[in-house]
Amino acid sequence: MNREEILKKYEPTRENLLYILHDIQDSKNEKYLSEEDLVAVSRYLKISRSEVVGVATFYTMFSVKKRGQHIIRVCVSPPCQLMGGNTIFNYLRKTLGVKEGETTSDNMFTLESSSCLGVCAVAPAMMIDDQMFGNLTPEKIDEIITRYREKKNG
Amino acid sequence: MAKIYNLLLCAGASCISSGGYSFRDKLVEELKKHNIENMVNIVETGCVGICELGPVVIVYPDGVFYKKLKPEDAKDIVEEHLLKGRVVGRLLYKEKDSEKIVQQASQIPFFQKQLKIVLRNCGIINPESLEEYIGKDGYSALAKVLTEMKPEDVIKEIKDSGLRGRGGAGFPTGLKWELVRNSKGGEKYVICNADEGDPGAFMDRSVLEGDPFSVIEAMTIAGYAVGAKQGYIYVRAEYPLAIKRLRSAIKKAYEENLLGKNIFGQNFDFDLEIRVGAGAFVCGEETALMHSVEGQRGTPSPKPPFPADRGLFGKPTLINNVETYANVCQIILKGSKWFSSIGTEKSKGTKVFALAGAINNTGLVEVPMGTTLKEMVYEIGGGLPNDKKFKAAQIGGPSGGCIPEEYIDTPLDYESVKKLGTIIGSGGLIVMSEDTCMVDLAKYFLEFTQDESCGKCPSCRIGTKKMLEILNRISKGRAKVEELDLLIHLGEQISKTALCGLGQTAPNPVLSTLKYFKDEYLEHINEKKCRAGVCFKKKK
Repeated sequence: MNREEILKKYEPTRENLLYILHDIQDSKNEKYLSEEDLVAVSRYLKISRSEVVGVATFYTMFSVKKRGQHIIRVCVSPPCQLMGGNTIFNYLRKTLGVKEGETTSDNMFTLESSSCLGVCAVAPAMMIDDQMFGNLTPEKIDEIITRYREKKNG
Repeated sequence: MAKIYNLLLCAGASCISSGGYSFRDKLVEELKKHNIENMVNIVETGCVGICELGPVVIVYPDGVFYKKLKPEDAKDIVEEHLLKGRVVGRLLYKEKDSEKIVQQASQIPFFQKQLKIVLRNCGIINPESLEEYIGKDGYSALAKVLTEMKPEDVIKEIKDSGLRGRGGAGFPTGLKWELVRNSKGGEKYVICNADEGDPGAFMDRSVLEGDPFSVIEAMTIAGYAVGAKQGYIYVRAEYPLAIKRLRSAIKKAYEENLLGKNIFGQNFDFDLEIRVGAGAFVCGEETALMHSVEGQRGTPSPKPPFPADRGLFGKPTLINNVETYANVCQIILKGSKWFSSIGTEKSKGTKVFALAGAINNTGLVEVPMGTTLKEMVYEIGGGLPNDKKFKAAQIGGPSGGCIPEEYIDTPLDYESVKKLGTIIGSGGLIVMSEDTCMVDLAKYFLEFTQDESCGKCPSCRIGTKKMLEILNRISKGRAKVEELDLLIHLGEQISKTALCGLGQTAPNPVLSTLKYFKDEYLEHINEKKCRAGVCFKKKK
């Protein structure tokens, strides 16, 4: 669905703003909200651009910067930290060769941190897009990353 | 052909994240290979609770419980158990000390101590099947309410039950309903707070994933009781599976006229919509949540006005959390007397706790209020891994505090826990062994609240930052002793002056560790020593 089709799906009322931003962001390969997107949304909902930008930059799951095809969100909340979450985050940084918030050179992954993912019983955990992964170890991360890369190539 | 076996496969987020679906796919493949897929019914249920052992399957009619399943185990379960009737011994649960093998789920100590009201259907029914929910008395409560009870009767029943809010503050639920009912202002709203952001708490996710109809039914009852025609469930975007199952359940409820116009043929309409967050912890605060539903930035507003007077879109609004709603139908069906007979004098019913951290049986447990911390840790939780010594438990997440070893016999109820300077909160219970540094723990939680502070009020925005700076200096051995007083002073000021509940409670993890583990703070400052061996490590 393109932006215009997404907008038409919703009544032009303010309460649909978060849904619209989610949908537009998900529809794009670079998983972000461009300036044109924000302008289009503000026109459609008849609210000021700054209001839209205010919302888009308040919530951590929206991005106004281009991102990779898959978003890796590593849980950095205390229960995961206590179970070695930092080691996992460092390992991902090393494996992917990026810092937090950066995208791999092949545009495959963007590495982000997340507050509690709610699977503390299988900490440390991360999410790739909508998929949850728990009980992480460096080996398990290798396996998961390889699987994603193979899926792309295969 | 009649189905001979029912395989209950846990499809909660924890089991899926440890490979539950890879196992399922292999299982289906094996069933097909042996041409017996018609004999076996695979039911994907919500969370069974014992996430540590995931992925898990329970095979009925025998009730055999298999744990930690890998895709290659599917072959044995099919060829041995299903075809030859021989239980696969190596996949059974073994008791830790006695090495006793346990076949039935009901015999595992983890389940034996529990009393399930909120989680009654989780792990038992297919969460997306309305028929299965109805088979478990689903929608009998709504039928009773709409045909036999006046709104005032419903509110009286909830009030008499003694149910209190399970989201953190513990406000009497029935009283809240009454305030909204009596509030003047025409249109009213009912909201379910499913923005479960407390690190360490995941019971609301499990209820939504495992029994979404129970929340939908309860919200409909609430709508009838307070006089609202429109409801919203605000779910955090980090819970895609919960959102998916909730969507499917709402759709089915509409198809069967359990939502919409003239429900049960009565003169009562109720519509329900989902609103999805976008990653902001502060939206768990009720005024912030309502702003987010309205499509605004999710920042809190001062109270009063309370939501019961002026809430969503400026109208009177009832807002309860998932676990609170999940109690409602059972109270209506079994009566307030039954409910209030469970728990302690002032804390009625059960509470779901999420066990995490240094504990053998991580997962979700539901116990009567007043169960002691000791029972939770040793009898249900199975003790600490590698027989480590219990040091403390953090309860109530970033808004709560810790309970040290000397108070391990404390009953877990609103009042007893409050006396120790912490809160039941949403029920996150993180167990810590001697390997955890309490300064480090306080720092983790403060880093969290600092990071999640919405920035609207200075005491939270700047105050938590200043506290964190001191903590960082302590953990590096660069602080002065006087700074401990400053830390307490800052904490107390933030508690008094922050705009919302989350800000007001943000200093709790620091204040509570300082109260019980001041010697550890002093060791860091005076001796540059960390007894847990966590701080002062040289960076590699």
